[in-house]
Formats: sequence, structure tokens, C-alpha cells
Amino acid sequence: MEALCREIAAARNMAADRAAEGRAAGNPSPAGKTGENRTEERDRKVSSVFLGGGTPSLLTPRQIDRVFDALYQSFSLTPDAEITMEANPGTLDEERLRAMKEAGVNRLSLGLQSTEDTLLRILGRIHTWRDFRESWDLVRKHGFDNVNIDLMFALPEQTREIWQNTLRTAAAMSPEHLSCYSLILEEGTPFAAQELRLPDEETEYEMYEDTSEILSAYGYRQYEISNYAREGRACRHNIGYWIRREYLGLGLGASSLWENERFSNTRDLKQYLEWDWEHDRYADTLREERIPLSREEAMAEFMILGLRMTEGVSCRAFLEEFGRTPESLYAEILEKYRKLGLLVCSKDRIALTRPGIHVSNRIMAEFL
Amino acid sequence: MTDQSKIRNFCIIAHIDHGKSTLADRIIEKTGLLTEREMQAQILDNMELERERGITIKSQACRIVYKAKSGEEYIFNLIDTPGHVDFNYEVSRSLAACDGAILVVDAAQGIEAQTLANVYMALDHDLDVVPVINKIDLPSAQPQRVINEIEDVIGLEAQDAPQISAKTGQNIEDVLEAVVARIPAPKGDPDAPLKALIFDSVYDSYKGVIVFMRIMDGVVKKGTPIRMMATGFTTEVVEVGYFGAGQFIPCDELSAGMVGYLTASIKNVRDTRVGDTVTDSSRPCREALPGYKKVNPMVYCGMYPADGARYGDLRDALEKLQLNDASLFYEPETSVALGFGFRCGFLGLLHLEIIQERLEREYNLDLVTTAPSVIYKVHKTNGEVIDLTNPTNLPDPSEIDYMEEPIVDAEIMVTTEFIGAIMDLCQERRGQYLGMEYMEETRALLKYKLPLNEIIYDFFDALKSRSRGYASLDYELSGYQRSELVKLDILVNKEEVDALSFIVHGDTAYERGRKMCEKLKDEIPRQLFEIPIQAAIGSKIIARETVKALRKDVLAKCYGGDITRKKKLLEKQKEGKKRMRQVGNVEIPQKAFMSVLKLDDK
Repeated sequence: MEALCREIAAARNMAADRAAEGRAAGNPSPAGKTGENRTEERDRKVSSVFLGGGTPSLLTPRQIDRVFDALYQSFSLTPDAEITMEANPGTLDEERLRAMKEAGVNRLSLGLQSTEDTLLRILGRIHTWRDFRESWDLVRKHGFDNVNIDLMFALPEQTREIWQNTLRTAAAMSPEHLSCYSLILEEGTPFAAQELRLPDEETEYEMYEDTSEILSAYGYRQYEISNYAREGRACRHNIGYWIRREYLGLGLGASSLWENERFSNTRDLKQYLEWDWEHDRYADTLREERIPLSREEAMAEFMILGLRMTEGVSCRAFLEEFGRTPESLYAEILEKYRKLGLLVCSKDRIALTRPGIHVSNRIMAEFL
Repeated sequence: MTDQSKIRNFCIIAHIDHGKSTLADRIIEKTGLLTEREMQAQILDNMELERERGITIKSQACRIVYKAKSGEEYIFNLIDTPGHVDFNYEVSRSLAACDGAILVVDAAQGIEAQTLANVYMALDHDLDVVPVINKIDLPSAQPQRVINEIEDVIGLEAQDAPQISAKTGQNIEDVLEAVVARIPAPKGDPDAPLKALIFDSVYDSYKGVIVFMRIMDGVVKKGTPIRMMATGFTTEVVEVGYFGAGQFIPCDELSAGMVGYLTASIKNVRDTRVGDTVTDSSRPCREALPGYKKVNPMVYCGMYPADGARYGDLRDALEKLQLNDASLFYEPETSVALGFGFRCGFLGLLHLEIIQERLEREYNLDLVTTAPSVIYKVHKTNGEVIDLTNPTNLPDPSEIDYMEEPIVDAEIMVTTEFIGAIMDLCQERRGQYLGMEYMEETRALLKYKLPLNEIIYDFFDALKSRSRGYASLDYELSGYQRSELVKLDILVNKEEVDALSFIVHGDTAYERGRKMCEKLKDEIPRQLFEIPIQAAIGSKIIARETVKALRKDVLAKCYGGDITRKKKLLEKQKEGKKRMRQVGNVEIPQKAFMSVLKLDDK
């Protein structure tokens, strides 16, 4: 906890020093961003906070208090800042929810995954459907009115009917936001080593189609490959990732995009705790896998990440950022996939079509 | 000057795997030129590839000193020969440099098709053949049976043949004594004008071409002005020497009967053609040695760099390989599907595979190879005859009067229990049965006329698998025969892929086309759209398969911590794509172009 609070202070140093430099020099920051005003604005104000990874809802009310205290001391937030905290059903209680509320948390993300206890067991989750219901009631009772529920499909033993039921059950509870992920077995995980009866590719395809169809009937609009929201409730923090806004990841293993460089913190707890903060103003010794991005890489990222969203890439934003239009840079790729009916290009937008989303990796890889 | 009566020039001939290289190593070891520590496992096969395949590709030579039981010292020049049918030509040129040959026969396997072919070749060169029975340490060895077989089938006296194990070194002395006693000494005239036979050459970046030769008459030393009698190239000798084990050892002079090398700052291997005669230009010999027939490649295929930018590297590599391998042919060609590459000619499929592997290993090239083809003779209606090595160049059918294909005389040695299976195979491959001879009760020699294009694909593999490894094959080109041939085209997504076209007999076209489509369906990964794969003769589609469209390829989650990892994933995908060939809109993996090679599913 102490180390985290110190890292928050180091992050403040980075942001504050850059802002000061920018003001003194009167020109864009070292990263070469255009739009000085925007940069300064961004340096001063934080527009979203996301407390996730692991199970942050296990924090005691006192710990929650401390983290947010440190945060508010170091950064000023925009008045409408979105402050999300992840929570696992079964770890929530009244005291914690109260502490979250008091700390300023205004959005919750609950990892339900499935409404079927058998599937939850296969996934190794500690909660049951009943646990979730109880957590849900508490969340609403404490006035959280912007809540996401995570669901998973293409699970072992899961049929299309089961998935459709799960969707309807979850949507009927009327959360403001739903994230629906298909299960991807990562090589080397114990899950991948097991022999599991996974739905075939065709079923997975249908399940994905079911998702947007059913959720749209319940008033949710798909705004990203795996994300669905009620009007005005799209997650602003996550959209930040997809339009390549800068972010600072704090804590063990957390990732950042800062001054056109991607890096992540050490995953070594001992190293993290023994960090020599007094002689390391920007927490540089915690950073690993520093990857400075070339202009080409930054542009490719802009396209790849932007295409994840249903509204796609904004050509104007691209032009402002890089001084060129995507059409001039990627004419051949855009034409090829437009012809195949997988991309649509309108005045200001380049977006995947519905068939395009299904094979999005193939298209995205082209921009690299 | 070395006394010719103390020189023995000989080679070892054997069927593949009968232990030729191992025996060569033992002989070198026993003659004591090398300590055991210096011995590599197999000295003569100094190319890595040869070691792995257990075959000798390049003929090489080695000079050793043997102190016989009589107390006399003898100089042995051991000239290595390749053991595979593809390299008959190289065997022949090695034999011409020798006065005798050791015939190694496996005590368990007995005589094989290749044994016979090699013995006949040695006898053609008037060599004295000394049989040796090898592998007597094997539990299944039957030396007496093999001795009888040698006497009955070849007609060589073999009762006194050394019975050895090259592997354990048992009775190797007997072989050395037999060399002294039974192989004749050379009988050249050292005072006559220089006459030397070039039997090989290698290129060295410091010394230029190093010419391997057998001195028939006369003497050659540093400063001798020489002329190559066939090419007319003249120069002056810089260095002469003999072959140590794996190295060149300079000496003062080489005289009649000796085997050695010369260097003369020769830059171009083409000036020193193998089989040519070297003479003294100030005192030339009257006539050249008969030399060798120039061999012509029998099998052709296209070779393309996987990365088009390495076309120049491939050209340089082929040029270098050709220096040591006169039988390799290449010329530039272009393919719509594969870009710039070369049409290469080989002695046979093994030769092709070896060149391909050497290009990949020694020159670090990633290659795409098209289906091999033989040379067809296309008789056009206007009377013109063309030699067709690339199916793509087949003229329009309306311009073709008829076509001919090369036919070989094949001899297949097989144990009687597999005669039926092998006859079936030959039948399937359009073989014409010529006859059968029993070697002994349990083994027979089958004789067939077979179209060469039926045996270049996978005939060896099929032969081995249908005889559980017991059949062996030897063949030679017998001529051309008129045949109903058609060009089979492969269309991927309705576009003809030139590199996949091949020529087949009309009767097997349907079957081949169907198998080809099935194979390609497995080789071509699913893409964003459905891909029809069709086989066609002219405009007639004879087979079709479909590669279904890819349905799903999505990353579900991509938040702040995932981005770097997901990018790597996409990059990997893109890398894989780079290794494929773009034909129209379709990406075809490199190995698909070779799939025609493996269509036999039995």
C-alpha cells in the first residue's frame, strides 16, 4: 500500500514536470504532440481512473481510503471524471461499498462471467449465481448507477441456448454496461492443457451474433468488439485506450502509454516493495519492457485500436495527430477490405463492418 | 620418381549402405597416416549433408602409404565414388582414373540392383574387381551365400574374398593385401608427353580451380606449360601435389601412374572440364583420352527464393555449386506466382533434393521448388520439335501434333515375396514388363520399361514401402516414346497458378488432378473468402475442392495491459503471411508448391 502511494507521487512528478517544461518552453512536449493546449490540459487533469486487476474489492475500507487519498493529493480530476473499480461477486459487503462511494468511485465492474453455477465451477470462480444476486442488490442499494457486468461465452459445455439465457438473465437485471468475451485459451495455461469440449467455430460465431442481437433488444448498443452499453454509458476509460490517450498504470505489473512509449511495471513484488523511491523521482527503476513507439508504430496502433470500436477510426483525429490522412497512408489496404465488404469508409470514419469484426485480426495485422 | 609398380589406384564400389565409406575410413586408418584422434567419423564424406544421408556425393581422392606384409611400401590412391543411381556419371568418371575396384557386398543383403550396375560399369572400364564381403559381424550375415551369389550372378571368383567388418575393423588387413596382390599397378610411360585425365575439380578462393587428375603418361611439375585439350585453355602450373586425408599436400612433381592435383591460377571451372585431357603445351601428346560423355540433366524444376530480394544470392549460390557439379544446369525463368527464379536441371530426384538442401543449408536460402518435370519432346504441327522442361511453356494444343516422353530401362531387385507388390506398382506407373531373372531362389531381378515421369515423383518411396525396404532400383534412359500426354492446370480462386501446372498421361490425369486438389485444400489455410481449387485440362474442369472462408479471428479483450502483447500476436500473423505467395487475392504457403511430390497415398 505504501509503495503504491509512493508510486502515485512519482507519477505526479512525471506529469507535473512535463507540464512545467511545456509551459516554460512554450512548445509541444518532447513526444512531439501537436496541439499544445490539449497537452497542457491533459497534463493537469485526470479524466478517468480504473482500479482493477486482481481483486481490488478485497481492499479494506481503510485501504480504499488511503489509495484514493494519495490519488487526490497528487492529481486533480475533471469534475465528471469516471472512477471505476473492479469487484468480484462475493467479496462485496456494505462497509466496502460505502467506502468506495465515499472515496468517489462512481462506476463498478462486476465479473459475473456466467449465470450457470456449473460453468462458474469449470471456470474456477469462487462465486455462485446466488452470490452475485446478493452483491447486485447491495450495489444498487448503495446507489451505484453505472455498473458493468462481465460475461463469457464459447465456454466448455456451453450451448447456444445456455448463452442466450445468460444474456437475457443478465440484461433483465438492467446493468448500464455489459462486456461479453469469448473464451480464448492461452497457450501454456492449465486451462489449455485440459481436454475441454469447446463449442466449434460456427457455434462461437453464432453466439457472438446472438450477443448483439439479444442485447440490442434490451436497449444496449455495441460500441466495441466486446462491449455493449446503454446510451451515454460507454466506458470512457477503456475508450481512452482505443483512441490512444496517454495513461499511467500504477502498481505491480501495470502498463502505461506515456510520451509515445509503452512500458509496464515489474511483476516482482520484492523489487516493487524495495523500490528506492527517494532517488528515483519518476519510478524509472520499476519500469520494464520499455518500448518507444516510432511514428509508423503509433499510426498502426491508432488504426488497430480504433477499429475495435464500432464507430471506427476518426480520420480527422488521425490527421491532427500525425499530419496525414489514413486514406493516403493505407489506400491499398483500405481498398482491398472495402471491396471484400469488411471495411466501410465514410467521410470521417473508417470502421469494420459486421462481417469485418469477425475476422478483425486479419485486417488489423495489415496495418503493422 | 615413384616406382609405378608400388602404386595402386583403385576405388570402392557398392550399393548404397553396404559400407563403402566406412571401409574407406578403415583403410585410411590402417595405413597409419592418421592418428585416431584425427579421424573424423567418416573421412571421405566431408560434407555435412553426405554424413547425414549416408551417401557420398562428390568423388574425392586420398593418397595413403601402406607397408605390406612383404615389407614393401605401397602408395594407394583411393578414389571415392558416389553410390546412387543419380550419380552414375560421376561413378564413371572416378572409375576412369583407377586400375581396379573393390566391390563391397553386404553379407546380409547380398547383391542389389546397384551392385550389378556398378560392377558392369567397372568392367566396362577394364578394371579388375576385387570382391569384399562386409558386415560379417551382423547376426543375419551369410557370407558363404553371398560369395556364391557373387560367383553365380556376376561371375567373379570370390571364394578367397576377404570377409570383413568395416565397422569393427575386423580383417581389414586382408583387404589391403588383396589390393596389393590383385589390383594391377599402373603402366604409364613417364618419358612420353604429358597425358592426364581430369576426373574432378573444386574451386578454392585462394588457389583458383584445383584440378584432380590421374597422370597416364609423362610428368607434370611447377612451371609446366599446360593445355586442356578439349577447351584449348592454356596456362602454367603453379603447384602440384597429392591428396592427404581431407587436405592438399604439395609435392615436386607428379609422374605417370600417379593421382594428384594441380593449380594454375585458373579462375573459371569451365576451362577445366571434367573428362578433359591435360597435356604439356610445349610437348603435346598425340591424342586426347576418350574422356566422358557430357551428361544431360533428366529432371527439371523451378527454384525460387522465398524472399524475392534474394534472387541474386540464389544465382550466386547456383553458380558456385555448378563449379563442383557439372551436371547441374540452371537458367533464369519467371513465374506469375513465384516471381524471379531459375529452371534447374538435375540427374535425378535425389540430385535435386541434395542441391536443394545444400542451397538451404550452406547458402542459407529459403526456397520454393516447383514440381519436377522431365524433358518432353513436343512435335508441333509445323514440323518444329521443342524440348519442353517447363510445363508452362507447352504450346497451344492446336499447334501440337504429338508429344513424346522419356522412357527408362529399369531393373528392380526384389525378394520373391514382394514380386507381386512391385509388379503392381510398375503396372500403376505405366510400366511395360520386359522380363524377370531369378538371382537365386528367393530373389529376382525384374525388368521394366517405365516412363521417367512416373518415377521421378515418389517411385523410390513407393518401392521401399511396398517391399519393406527390400527392393532396389537401377535405371538408365533408353529413349523417347510417343505418349498421350496432357497438361494439367491448377486454378486457385479461378486463377491459373503457373507454378502448379504439370504434365501427365491422359489416363492418370483425373486421378492426379483429384489428389492434387485434395492436397492443396489441406495446404492452403482458410482465408477471408471461399477459395475454389480446381484442376483443369484446357478449359475442362476435372476436379474441384473448396477451402471454406475463415469465420472467426478476433481478439476479445484489448485493454491497456494487453496492447503490446496483442500487437506481437498480430505481427506474428503478419510474418506468417509474408512467407506465403500471393496469387491473385489468395495466399498460398510455399510448401503447397511441392505437394504434387507426395500424392501416392498407399
